[in-house]
Amino acid sequence: MSPLLTMVHRDLLLVMRRKSEVLTALFFFVVVTSLFPLGIGADAALLRKIAPGVIWVAALLSTLLGLQRMFAADYADGALEQIALSPQPMVLLVAGKILAHWIVCGLPLVILAPMIGIQFDLDASSLYVLMGTLLLGTPVLSLVGSIGAALTLGVRGGSVLMSLLILPLYIPVLIFGAGAVYANSVGLDSSGHFSLLGALLILALAFVPWVSTAAVKIAIE
Amino acid sequence: MTVTFPTTSSHSDSVLEARALSCVRGEKPLFANLSFELKTGECLHIRGENGVGKTSLLRLLSGLSKAESGEVLWRQHSIFADVSAYHRHLLFLGHRDALKEELSALENLQMYASLDDVDLSLENALGALARFGLRGRENLPVHYLSAGQKRRVLMARMLTRQASLWILDEPFNALDVQAVAELERLIEEHQARGGAVVLTSHQAVSLDHVKVLEL
Repeated sequence: MSPLLTMVHRDLLLVMRRKSEVLTALFFFVVVTSLFPLGIGADAALLRKIAPGVIWVAALLSTLLGLQRMFAADYADGALEQIALSPQPMVLLVAGKILAHWIVCGLPLVILAPMIGIQFDLDASSLYVLMGTLLLGTPVLSLVGSIGAALTLGVRGGSVLMSLLILPLYIPVLIFGAGAVYANSVGLDSSGHFSLLGALLILALAFVPWVSTAAVKIAIE
Repeated sequence: MTVTFPTTSSHSDSVLEARALSCVRGEKPLFANLSFELKTGECLHIRGENGVGKTSLLRLLSGLSKAESGEVLWRQHSIFADVSAYHRHLLFLGHRDALKEELSALENLQMYASLDDVDLSLENALGALARFGLRGRENLPVHYLSAGQKRRVLMARMLTRQASLWILDEPFNALDVQAVAELERLIEEHQARGGAVVLTSHQAVSLDHVKVLEL
């Protein structure tokens, strides 16, 4: 098995043994996005207008909930040292951890999005665009977030510091992700937004695994 | 399970060598100008008071951290020349057991085998666990095992890892008398196969071919 898949398999197995932590992040996403229609009432036009922003902000925050766990548990019990001492390329192992985080915290959001969108009275084409932007955007959230998770390893109050570090970096994803859905709903072309999200994803894929690996190595030194 | 390690006895049988190692933690120098050589089949027992830098030395030797000055050689080459080749031959066990509590002893062994890129059959994994008294507890989450039983899972990992250099931080901690004897036998078998061991321990170790390094 390739190092990447080894790590994905390992992390998913660990997640399956501790389902509550994952379900917390997903419930957070569902509950927060469901509170808005309840609080605002049946003003369909207003709901349609705020839907992209609300759903994307909720997605950012729920991704953040799972990020702390990406390296912290392995750091605490010494497993991260064993990962660093593996003869296999560490960057692939770290990339595997990021992929596992996305499968657990990002992919379910893409699948849940239509259900959430219906509560905001989004039409079918907006739902497709929403799913598309989440599919391109959530991997960027996991990738960029991994840098923050690695940099704050072993720091007291690390999760708060990580949020402060990471949330500003999420702004481009938020702007283009929510922007695409909004543009589509007012009849504009959203392909530009998709191109930019795709570019962000490629850029993150190309650099982030190396940066996170370096940060993890510094943390365990 | 029989494993033999390639020896490079043609030019020298030195496996691990430290040359003028110095280590600084924070502002405080821990040790300076430390040199030693370890040959195949030998065991280096590092002794010293708490805080003298035993664990720091082990981490330098494993390549987890870099020395202030000096270098560590693995078969005459710096360990950083090809660090993944070095790590293929190395088993490092720190003072934390690195076992995942949610996984069973068997799953931990299999997980580390795939992480370490070692072929491990189910039969060998179960055999190793049985040898160290974990028969019937193979599928119990490690969370439910006692501290001593967790060390026994680590002993099973040592047996199945197929590494020629073991670096062990306080391996005799939390072991009962019988387990200490079993671990000593495991280390002796490893030495007999041509493996080398570096360990720290506060107890006296009754092994053959032991060099003692006082920090």
